[in-house]
Amino acid sequence: MRKGVIRPGHVQIRVLDITEALAHYRDLLGLIEVETDSQGRVYLKGWTEVDKFSVVLREADVPGMDFMGYKVLNSDVLGQLEEDLKAYGCEVEEIPAGELNGCGRRIRFAAPTGHQFELYAEKEQTGKWGLSKVNPEAWPRDLKGMKATRFDHCLLYGPNVEATYELFRDVLGFDLAEQVIDPEGNRAAAFLTASMKAHDVAFIECPEPGKFHHASFFLETWEDVLRAADLISMTDTSIDIGPTRHGLTHGKTIYFFDPSGNRNEVFCGGDYHYPDHEPVTWKAEDLGKAIFYHDRVLNERFLTVLT
Amino acid sequence: MTATDHRIQVKNREAEFHCPADKTLLVGMEQQLTKALDVGCRGGGCGVCKIRVLSGEYERKRMSRAHISEQEEKDGLALACRIFPRSDLCIEAIPALEISGHDCETDKKNEC
Ligand code: FES
Ligand SMILES: [Fe+2]
Repeated sequence: MRKGVIRPGHVQIRVLDITEALAHYRDLLGLIEVETDSQGRVYLKGWTEVDKFSVVLREADVPGMDFMGYKVLNSDVLGQLEEDLKAYGCEVEEIPAGELNGCGRRIRFAAPTGHQFELYAEKEQTGKWGLSKVNPEAWPRDLKGMKATRFDHCLLYGPNVEATYELFRDVLGFDLAEQVIDPEGNRAAAFLTASMKAHDVAFIECPEPGKFHHASFFLETWEDVLRAADLISMTDTSIDIGPTRHGLTHGKTIYFFDPSGNRNEVFCGGDYHYPDHEPVTWKAEDLGKAIFYHDRVLNERFLTVLT
Repeated sequence: MTATDHRIQVKNREAEFHCPADKTLLVGMEQQLTKALDVGCRGGGCGVCKIRVLSGEYERKRMSRAHISEQEEKDGLALACRIFPRSDLCIEAIPALEISGHDCETDKKNEC
């Protein structure tokens, strides 16, 4: 049952070199550079996003993900979820309004997979970039690179996927849209949604906690994914795999890496999920096809290359 | 092979390749279709290309501290996707098993 979590709001990614990272996320992915805060963190967003920012880059000596944040309906819901998380046994940290420029107070907690998540009710809304609020044109003309439209989801690796799924389901009201089940009946992967999207976050079981597999950005068409692949070659950017299609979610996708080794995805299409839908199931024996629908085999990197 | 190419010997893989000064060891290796080292993110983040440099000069870019500690960096451990050859190099691949464990000491150093 939905509990008032609306959508993914932001991800903070650690990078080894902020200048190189900015060139990648701004000039190649085509995210809009918003501002740099007093800590030196750089804020960006996809051009269709109404919020002020959705991606925060922080320079650090270990790449990976600091946290992912979700927007909730309003501050009453935020207060309620804060209480519910505590009652569930989560340690909750309150981050004051303004710690991220333009963002209201945040409630941070750790999932059993070892990842930090946060909820917030308020963030400055600057509107879709380059379009007027009334009679908006189809798209702004001066976009760069892949013209990524929005930050869409993260795939995260860690232990206790089952307990994390239960937390997201019971406390935060996410639905299980897609899953991978092994022969013993264990859930090896859980794709969770707070919306109609096939995933607003996904988890894959792995012994090491807190690992980051990728941050994903939405494109409109398969042609856009092919064009993204062209740009990856033109810029000599580190490629992982694609363009191809996933079995899970059926999204059309390409994986590549930022200059610090964090994986990115751009994708289009994919399944939708209504709250009355059964989860879509893939068998762990067919994981190759579930992940890379055309190759039908995993590349070694999919399971082992993480930040 | 050009004048700025350096010869890279991978001791424990009985492999060698040439790498230009403006390419990282890992990319240089990939361009010659040599498979002496595992290829991951190519950005110093994932640690799968970890090596020990036994001899030779190189320049390095920042590497994830989760995979190369300060001490290891002093001891000549490196991520092949973050170092550029400045002379011929003699290196040793660090097997994935040792990368995930905490003890990354290799049995004995090969002489180069
Ligand atoms: S390939 Fe990932 S650290 Fe070198
Ligand atoms: Fe994805």
